[in-house]
Amino acid sequence: MAIVPNPHKTTGLLGWIDDRFPLTKLWKDHLTEYYAPKNFNFWYYFGSLALLVLVNQLLTGIFLTMHYKPDAAQAWDSVEYIMRDVPWGNIIRYLHSTGASAFFIVVYLHMYRGLMYGSYRKPRELIWLFGMLIFFVLMAEAFCGYVLPWGQMSYWGAQVIISLFGAIPKVGPDLVVWIQGDYIPSDATLNRLFSFHVIMLPFVLVGLVVAHLIALHEVGSNNPDGVEIKKHKDPVTHIPLDGIGFHPYYTVKDLVGVGVFLIIFLGIVFFAPDGGGYFLEKPNFQPANPLVTPPHITPAWYFGTFYAILRAIPNKLLGVIAMFSSVIVLFLVPWLDRSKVRSIRYKGPISKIALALFTVAFAMLCYLGMQPPSPLYTLLSRIGTFIYFAFFLLMPFYSAIDKTKPEPERVTG
Amino acid sequence: MSKVGVDAGRRRFLTLTTVAVGGAGVVGAAIPFLASLSPSERAKALGAPITVDISKVEPGQRLVVAWRGKPVWIIRRTPDMLASLPKVDAALRDPNSDEAQQPAYAKNEARAIKPEWSVMVGSCTHLGCSPTFRPDHPAPDVDANWQGGFYCPCHGSKFDLAGRVYQGVPAPLNLVVPPYRFVNDTTITIGEDQGAA
Amino acid sequence: MKRLIIALAGLTLSAAALANEGEALPFSFKPDTGNLASVQRGARDFMAYCSGCHSMKHLRYSRIAQDLQIPEDLVKANLMFTTEKIGDHIQTSMPADQSKQWFGQTPPDLTVETRIRGADWVYSYLNSFYVDDSRPLGVNNLVLPGASMPHVLWELQGWQVKPAAKAEGAAAEGEHGGSGLELAQPGKLSPDEYQKFTADLTNFMVYAAEPGRAGRISLGGKVILYLLVLTALFYALKKEYWKDIH
Repeated sequence: MAIVPNPHKTTGLLGWIDDRFPLTKLWKDHLTEYYAPKNFNFWYYFGSLALLVLVNQLLTGIFLTMHYKPDAAQAWDSVEYIMRDVPWGNIIRYLHSTGASAFFIVVYLHMYRGLMYGSYRKPRELIWLFGMLIFFVLMAEAFCGYVLPWGQMSYWGAQVIISLFGAIPKVGPDLVVWIQGDYIPSDATLNRLFSFHVIMLPFVLVGLVVAHLIALHEVGSNNPDGVEIKKHKDPVTHIPLDGIGFHPYYTVKDLVGVGVFLIIFLGIVFFAPDGGGYFLEKPNFQPANPLVTPPHITPAWYFGTFYAILRAIPNKLLGVIAMFSSVIVLFLVPWLDRSKVRSIRYKGPISKIALALFTVAFAMLCYLGMQPPSPLYTLLSRIGTFIYFAFFLLMPFYSAIDKTKPEPERVTG
Repeated sequence: MSKVGVDAGRRRFLTLTTVAVGGAGVVGAAIPFLASLSPSERAKALGAPITVDISKVEPGQRLVVAWRGKPVWIIRRTPDMLASLPKVDAALRDPNSDEAQQPAYAKNEARAIKPEWSVMVGSCTHLGCSPTFRPDHPAPDVDANWQGGFYCPCHGSKFDLAGRVYQGVPAPLNLVVPPYRFVNDTTITIGEDQGAA
Repeated sequence: MKRLIIALAGLTLSAAALANEGEALPFSFKPDTGNLASVQRGARDFMAYCSGCHSMKHLRYSRIAQDLQIPEDLVKANLMFTTEKIGDHIQTSMPADQSKQWFGQTPPDLTVETRIRGADWVYSYLNSFYVDDSRPLGVNNLVLPGASMPHVLWELQGWQVKPAAKAEGAAAEGEHGGSGLELAQPGKLSPDEYQKFTADLTNFMVYAAEPGRAGRISLGGKVILYLLVLTALFYALKKEYWKDIH
């Protein structure tokens, strides 16, 4: 039986595989002959770093699952068991807990890069949507994981977050009981959140990451200038003039990012795994107690911004709506931005000021979300919330009327 | 993308060095994960030596205790039982206990510190089932020349009353004698060697 | 864009500075778990004075022996009162329901106490008992007002009283300004010796809260050194390959 030889003209074992499976094709399409703009800067490290952190979370998570007990009576003890009795258990646990925070840092910076350089603009809307779905699932994943140690912060965090659904008119209270499988967060709740955390959400997350990358490799990467490198191709090879093979050029460059990242990340893991109480909160060293709420009940830092928006609105239902809207509005960015140019480099002063205000508002809200409520903080939260939404909802107007500088034909620097 | 003026040798050297150093790091990073699978401090604590009171065991009786989760048999052998041991030597695979299946102080015909007391891990050396105690003899259903011993229900391995394995059965080795010592005449500690504190 | 980043960094820093504001404690304490002798003394004193009521149910005696370099037979002879097995956890002999009757609440497990409240707090607590007739046991504590724990160490410290003049503002003197309490009746130890005693105890509790701490820190140094070398190689490799790019 003769077969059609593969177009890569590979021979031997690789040839045998290539006749049956597109190994060389995948390698070329996604690495050596995936041409990325040559002007990626600092902000472009965070995509590959997010992938690295994802692998770290999956790997350490698999091993933690071998020792953790998803049982309200045993969960907290099993975490101390991992910390003390399992060989290297403390390192694996710290890698996972620090990894959670690192994931959000990296993802927030990755998203911020997209906002700055207009990486969501046509034809990259789907990349952005897949990315936003990843962010959304990541928040759910982080919340479920946060509950698992079943300490005081786990318990009361679960109580508060699940209660958000109670704001829905009519069905809310019943919905909360249904989600919990009990009248309070309990063993049943812990068990289902464990199932979501280790099975369902990781599956979805990995699937979305694959979709995110497929979409990216279909249309090609944006760059800090926001200009399309495919407009200028070599007439003979059809390779974009400003494009370079992802492998080896960006693999070796990203490795530098990986090295620097690991120094910081493992520095925290080994020398300050508590992260000053932000990565591992003090109250979570106390087992869950449904009768006593700890004095300072605050969400994990990475939810701070959204939590501050929730608290800024003095109405339960509207607060919840505002909080969810603050995430949903991010999905709409590709259709809100009407600027003639993609990158902030060539946008006008209004857009630059708007982005700067948004940045400050986001960071301020993140901080305020972790503070106990006070009149001043509530006022600041409201101002921050206003800026947050204004940045997005007014974007169709200010981006359209804002002056722009001419984009260069080819990438710069 | 021009490769004019590239020092191919330097590039190759750097690549190989990085791969080697990075590879060492990957191996190093694998250690915590693989090591985390070995017994934890809890497992070790539960596997600590146990002390057993043997004053109530009648001659010919067997006491079964758990050590590291496995059944450990303590058998008080009668003079008859001990006398049966040399009779089966010819049918055994390792009658002199040459394989290191027992501590040095139990490498003797009775495979014991005191011949009267046999201490053995009750796991078949074939695939780990726990053999049945068959002190009765003759027992033609087990063996034509059965002098008493242990019969494994899983795959038919046979052992004599000192845990020595018969020829022609799947089990390759004699039953394991664990480290143990006599604290006094009626108390033994399993999991600690004779002479240890 | 650069200005924006600088503004962002400034905001983060000021937020971090604000976050460091803690409750005002009379004493600060920098734990030194590397001081093996101190941690060993702390272990002895914890077992003698505290373990009657407080368990450390996640810490094994064998771990103490190993980490604090105490031979197992010494641990068995001097530290183990409720069990024979070196692999056991530190449990109290006091039944939980009875202790709840006696003190109004079960004395908490102290394994990770310093990770919940911090070493400063534990040290301050041990040094801030004072006579207060309004309390059922006649004693109160500056950092945990209304504490139901008796002053177990009174024989060593003696009795402190709150000076009448600044009874109200004593604890509000400021961060780490001392307790403002005065020794009314001396104990077996001088105030200096008592502070050392409580320092030992706190060091031991900090150790007990995370026995793996010393190990991870020493490993961390090696890992970071390795990563510096690796990153330097990555950088050289990047430079080399990027010579192609013009």
